[in-house]
Amino acid sequence: MKDKTILEIKDLDISFRTNAGVIHAIRGVDIDLQKGETVAIVGESGSGKSVTMKAVTGLLDTNATVNGGSILYRYTDDAGQEQIVDLLKMSIRDLRSRINGRHISMVFQDPMTSLDPTMQIGRQIMEGMLLHKKVSRQEARAHALELLELVGITDAEKRMKNYPHQLSGGMRQRVVIAIALSSDPDILICDEPTTALDVTIQARILDLIKDIQRRIGLSVIYITHDLGVVAKVADYVNVMYAGRIVEVGNVNEIFYDPKHPYTWGLLSAMPDLETDDDRLYSIPGSPPNLLHEPAGDAFAPRNAFALAIDEKAQPPMFKVSDTHFAATWLLHPDAPKVELPEELRHRLDRARKEAGVHFDPPGNPAADPAGARKEAGL
Amino acid sequence: MSEPLLKVENLKQYFPISRRYTVKAVNGVSFEIYPGETYGLVGESGSGKTTIGRSIIRLYDPTDGTITFNGGVISGPLDKDTRKMLRENMQMIFQDPMSSLNPRKKVGDIIGEGLDIQKRCANAKERADTISEILKKVGLSPAHAERYPHQFSGGQRQRVGIARALVLGPKLIIADECISALDVSIQAQVVNLMKDIQDETKCAYLFIAHDLSMVKYISDRIGVLHLGYMVETGTTEEIFSNPVHPYTKSLLSAVPNPNPEVEKRRTLITYNKEEAGIDYSKGTTHAVGGSHTVLATDEEFAAWTRQGTGS
Repeated sequence: MKDKTILEIKDLDISFRTNAGVIHAIRGVDIDLQKGETVAIVGESGSGKSVTMKAVTGLLDTNATVNGGSILYRYTDDAGQEQIVDLLKMSIRDLRSRINGRHISMVFQDPMTSLDPTMQIGRQIMEGMLLHKKVSRQEARAHALELLELVGITDAEKRMKNYPHQLSGGMRQRVVIAIALSSDPDILICDEPTTALDVTIQARILDLIKDIQRRIGLSVIYITHDLGVVAKVADYVNVMYAGRIVEVGNVNEIFYDPKHPYTWGLLSAMPDLETDDDRLYSIPGSPPNLLHEPAGDAFAPRNAFALAIDEKAQPPMFKVSDTHFAATWLLHPDAPKVELPEELRHRLDRARKEAGVHFDPPGNPAADPAGARKEAGL
Repeated sequence: MSEPLLKVENLKQYFPISRRYTVKAVNGVSFEIYPGETYGLVGESGSGKTTIGRSIIRLYDPTDGTITFNGGVISGPLDKDTRKMLRENMQMIFQDPMSSLNPRKKVGDIIGEGLDIQKRCANAKERADTISEILKKVGLSPAHAERYPHQFSGGQRQRVGIARALVLGPKLIIADECISALDVSIQAQVVNLMKDIQDETKCAYLFIAHDLSMVKYISDRIGVLHLGYMVETGTTEEIFSNPVHPYTKSLLSAVPNPNPEVEKRRTLITYNKEEAGIDYSKGTTHAVGGSHTVLATDEEFAAWTRQGTGS
C-alpha cells in the first residue's frame, strides 16, 4: 500500500444467491483512494457501484458472498498508532464499533428515508458522537451546533429541535451530511447524494462537501450516474460496467480523452447545453444479466466497435498514461484503428477548446505497445 | 401562428389545508401550447410544475382561471362531450414507471384499458392488433403484451407508459418528469423515442422536468416557474441566451456542465427573493421581445433589462 493511500480495494469479487441462481455482481474491482482526494464511481444502475461501497461499510445483504479480494484501510487508532486493516476480514461487530461512522461515514441517496422521523435532528447528530467518542452531552451538543453551522444551516439552535418532516429536502440532506461528519471521519462515501435534489440545491450541497473536504482533509468517494456531478467534484473517475472497472483515469483524461466505448456512450448520451443534434446518442440495449456471466467482454453486445476477440476473452486493463487505464481490446496494438463517433469527436473538441486543455489527437492509443502486449498476456 | 392547442389563462390552484391555511401552489399562470410543439416547464421542487400538469388534465379541479383545449373550455365543470374530448386528446406519462403501472395487470391490458373504456375497437382481434402495433412503435415486441410490469426494466416500463399514453392518438401528452427516474443512457433512448413519435404523429408535449440540459434539448419553448408564478417564458433560444429574471439566471448557472475545467470555474448565482425584495404578486407580464416575457414590476423590469444590455 502506497504511503498516501487510505483505502485500497483489490480484486474484489462478490456474488449474490437468489432464487434464480447465483448472480456474480462484482467481478474483480480495484479502486484506490488517496488521502484528501475525491474519487467518483460512475455507471448505470446494476453496474455494482453501490454494492462495492456496501462491502466497504459492511452493509452487504445477507445473501451476499465475498469470493475474494481485499479492502485495505489505513487509519490512526485511538492510541495514535497507524493501522492497516482488511475490512473484509473484520467481524461486523468490530466494523460497527471501530470503523463505521467513526472513520468511514456514508451519505445515502434519499434524505427522507435515511433520517429517523421520530427523533429530533439534534439528537440524531449527537447519537453517533455519544456512541463512538467519550464525550459528555454538553460537548456533543456544542459540536452538533458547530456541524449544523458548518453545513450551512442558519439558526442552528432552533433547528436542533426540529423533526425531519419540518425540513425541506436540501436541508435534510445537509443534516445527513452533518451526521456523517459528526465523528470526524477520514472517508466520506456519498451514494448519489444529490439525485433527489434540484439543480440549485445540488450545486450548493456539492460545493459544501468540497468546502468541508478542503477544511478537514477528508477523502470522498462519490457514487453517481450524473457526469455533470463527476466533472464538478472528482479528482479521479472509475467507470464501472457489469461488475468491473472498465476505465479509470483522472477527471480530465476521462472527460477529454476517453478510451473505452462505454465511456464514449455515457458521455454522448448526456446532452450539454450546446447539444443541438437531431438525436441523442444512446447506448443500445441494456446491461447484461449477471446471472449468466458473459464469456468475453460484457459490453460487447452493446458495443458498435466490438471486435471478434471481445466475444471470447475479457480485455485486460491497457495502460494509456500513468493514471489512465482502460479495459478494451481497441487499445491493443494489433487492434484496428477506430474513429470516434462524429458527434462525440465534435463534442470532445468543443469541450477541450472551451477548457483550454490539449490532448494529443487520439491515434492508436497504446503508448507502449510492448507493455500492452505483456499485460494482455500475448 | 396557428391557433394554440392549449391555452392556459391565469390558472390558480389552491389546496385548503385547514380553515386558516391554504397552500397556493399555482398563482395565476398563463401560457399556450401550439400543435406539434414541445413546451418545457422548469423550476425547483415546490414551484408548482407538476400541479399545473395535473390541473390541466383535470386530476385536480382548478381554483380559478380558464383552460382552453382543442376548442373546448376544460377548466370548469365538464359536460359529457367535453370530458370525452379531453380524455381522447390529452394523455399523461408519469414520473415513476413502476408505481404508475398496475402490477396485477398484463402490459397488454394496461395499454388496452383506454381502448376498452372509449370503445375504440370493434373486436378482440382489432384490439390485439392495435396493442401490438403500439408496442412495436415504442420499441418493445408484441409478445411483451403478455408480461407483467415487474418483468421489465425501468426503461422498458417507461416505454409501456408511453405506449399507454400514445395508443389513443392524443394531441397533447403531458410528460411529468418522465425521464428523471431513468439512467443517463436510458434517458437518451426514451427522449429519442418521444421525438420520433412527435415527428410521426405531430402530437404536442408539455414536458415537465428539472434537468435543464434535457429540457433545452427537447423543448421549443420554455416556461420558468418559481413558487407558483411563471417568472419567465419564451423560446428555448431566448431563455438560454438572454435570461432576464434573476431566478432564471440563478437556475441556469446551476446546470452542471460535463466539462471538468469549465465546471470548476463555474460560479453559482444565488437568488433570494426576499433579499432582492421581489414580490411576485406585484409583478405584471412584460414583453422582452418576440414571445419572450418576464414577470416583473415596471422598476424591476427596467433594472433587469438595463443590466442585461448595458454592461
